[in-house]
Amino acid sequence: MEERKIIIPGETIVQGDEFLPGDGARREGQDIVACKYGLSDVSDKLVRVIPLSGVYAPRRGNVIIGTVVGITFKGWLIDFGSHINGFLNVTEVPRYIGRGELRDHFDFGDVVCAKVFGTDGGNVDLSVKLRGFGRIQGGQLVNVNPNKVPRVIGKEGSMVNLIKVASNCDVTVGQNGVIWVIGDKIEDELNARKIIEYVCENSFLAGLTEKVEDYVKNTLKLEIKQTRFENAEIASENQQEEQPGEQQ
Amino acid sequence: MVTSAYKKRSDGRKFDELRPIIAKVGVVPSADGSAMYQSGKTRAIAVVRGPRLLHPKHMENPEKGILRVTYQMMSFSVWDRIKPGNSRRGQEISKVSEWALNEVVDLDAFPNSVVDVIIQIPQADAGTRVAGINAAAMALAQAGVPMREMIAAVAVGKMDRTLVVDVDKEEEDFEEGEGPTDVPIALTSRSNKIVLLQLDGKISVPELRELITMSKAGCKKINEVQMKALKEPGKEVKG
Amino acid sequence: MTLPGLQKDRIIEYLAQGKRFDGRKPEEMRDISVQLGISENAEGSCAVKFGKTEVYAGVKMSIIEPYSDGPDEGTLSVTLELGAMADDEFDLGAPKIDAIEMARVIDRGIRESGLIDWKKLCIVEGKKVWQISLDIYAINNDGNLFDAAALAGLIALANAKLPVYNAETEKIEHKLSNVKVPLIKENMSFNLTVHKVGDQFVLDPSLQEEEASDYRLGIALADNKGEPRITAMQKGKEGGISEIDMEKILNLVESNFKELNKKIVKLVWS
Repeated sequence: MEERKIIIPGETIVQGDEFLPGDGARREGQDIVACKYGLSDVSDKLVRVIPLSGVYAPRRGNVIIGTVVGITFKGWLIDFGSHINGFLNVTEVPRYIGRGELRDHFDFGDVVCAKVFGTDGGNVDLSVKLRGFGRIQGGQLVNVNPNKVPRVIGKEGSMVNLIKVASNCDVTVGQNGVIWVIGDKIEDELNARKIIEYVCENSFLAGLTEKVEDYVKNTLKLEIKQTRFENAEIASENQQEEQPGEQQ
Repeated sequence: MVTSAYKKRSDGRKFDELRPIIAKVGVVPSADGSAMYQSGKTRAIAVVRGPRLLHPKHMENPEKGILRVTYQMMSFSVWDRIKPGNSRRGQEISKVSEWALNEVVDLDAFPNSVVDVIIQIPQADAGTRVAGINAAAMALAQAGVPMREMIAAVAVGKMDRTLVVDVDKEEEDFEEGEGPTDVPIALTSRSNKIVLLQLDGKISVPELRELITMSKAGCKKINEVQMKALKEPGKEVKG
Repeated sequence: MTLPGLQKDRIIEYLAQGKRFDGRKPEEMRDISVQLGISENAEGSCAVKFGKTEVYAGVKMSIIEPYSDGPDEGTLSVTLELGAMADDEFDLGAPKIDAIEMARVIDRGIRESGLIDWKKLCIVEGKKVWQISLDIYAINNDGNLFDAAALAGLIALANAKLPVYNAETEKIEHKLSNVKVPLIKENMSFNLTVHKVGDQFVLDPSLQEEEASDYRLGIALADNKGEPRITAMQKGKEGGISEIDMEKILNLVESNFKELNKKIVKLVWS
């Protein structure tokens, strides 16, 4: 595997007929050329660009955390920080909501954790039917660059589990870069925030897990002890499906 | 040998030499992408916000996202104060910059959205529109907007019969002989297409051909600096 | 994005303990940094940062006919641009913050304080006076643009020099003189905006604290022999100030004035 490096649009990543252009790359004659700013990744002849930036593009199955910004008689419009809003239809809520009862259920400014179940026709359709989804209360939100989400989750959820255990908080990561953190003490939530920000700032470094552990123990002076949150299991179930999962 | 009234550049540069460049990516933390590009004393800041929802909705394009460029000079960027707000010159430059940048961005994946590019000039010494485009290209890349290639822009010109690269203010005002001819030009980094071309003055066809050739070398150098800045975000790079 | 309800609740809850997310105390300001001379073509200019909030300010001088109520006095005009560069929500439909209100309040703060020596700006009584044009631009909004803009305005003024005026040709030459724009240092007043967030009063709010606040009270403060003198005030946003609130705000001003004034005086005049 070739070393990853920052690549800019129009730059040649590799040359040769044997390579295949993946996400963020195209072929021009002998050259595989970058179509986006990011990190070049060449593995098994597949050449792609791992984005360092760019707006979140919702995909089926993604977990997102967003805010209610509109209510019609059919459902709720959810802003999750992308270039499109999501729509949560009343039929995608696990109980019957009568006309005129929508605001009682989810009101303007409410935060919901939802699953993307469709992205056809330029709309993003959301659902909160499964357990663990729905309105979020308490805690606080941490906003990160959506491109860093795979690092925050880690391989098979290892990084997000480290964050949970170190801060003693429950952490739910939305693929759109909004993370919900809730703990017994606000101090704990702020520790979780600091660790998350540390991961994002150092996301491209090798040996990230060791660096984070070092940061937690020596800078934040926290122990890594056991957690007893029940939600932790459901949250990790939800994370399990989505991880483009970065190699560390 | 052509004799020309313009014999020497006051800052000592060779006729085909660019002014010193300073570039930095990531200068406005809340933006999706941002960059500063400085050529001599001319400095431009470009900020990218988007792709995002477009208001007013009637401007939406259901087939792909649109690029919207706003170029403005700060009131104190030049000696004769410019009234803050929109000006006709600003609108014209916004439009030609938009056309140039549109050639390299790929907004097919973002129907009904907009990518806003905001260019501000805090200090001007000629070549503001090309500095703006150079900053905007870096900002668009940093924002993760899909782009086929980069763009570099430079103002080439002619003072009497002398052909030069990177015209400064003093040269813009040169009045002897055939006077000044100012040619802002922007080239794509890989396919070498001309995406911005304007001209003011008087010039012969062979002279214009020569200027276009000279601009290629200038743009290549600018591309290198842009690349350096993007590879070291947050750091000021020189060229 | 508008501030989600749960976020606002958390900010208020933490403030009720006297704490803020970034570790500051409610009355603590962020680090302020200043860079002078961001435009060589300005009579005076600067970039000012309050944490990550950044603004640029510049002064340009011109000669105009004086107003009838001040035939031997110069004039001041202040503009403020809150453009799309600085914030996702600027320049999109209805303004989040009113730039015109802010510009007028900054203008009044400078004008009413007596900082500018109007008479020294007179060139020919009744005919020619200097006009000071102070233009401020928001570069990055991370909360409290108001105080950052007002301070940048002061610093640009304090560092501005008059251009050379040729009395014979009656033209302004393209160069600066060694004469500074005439200001009366002792009269300077600086801007302090207090926000009510939940039950607490904070200074220099972050972006989210600003969105969570019920109301803000902008106060222009001058130094009257060590005691604060209020030269201008402006309440903004809905919310109502109760009597107890007002008392708390005035106490806050009295207890923080000395230290803040010392800091600001150093930033403006050195």
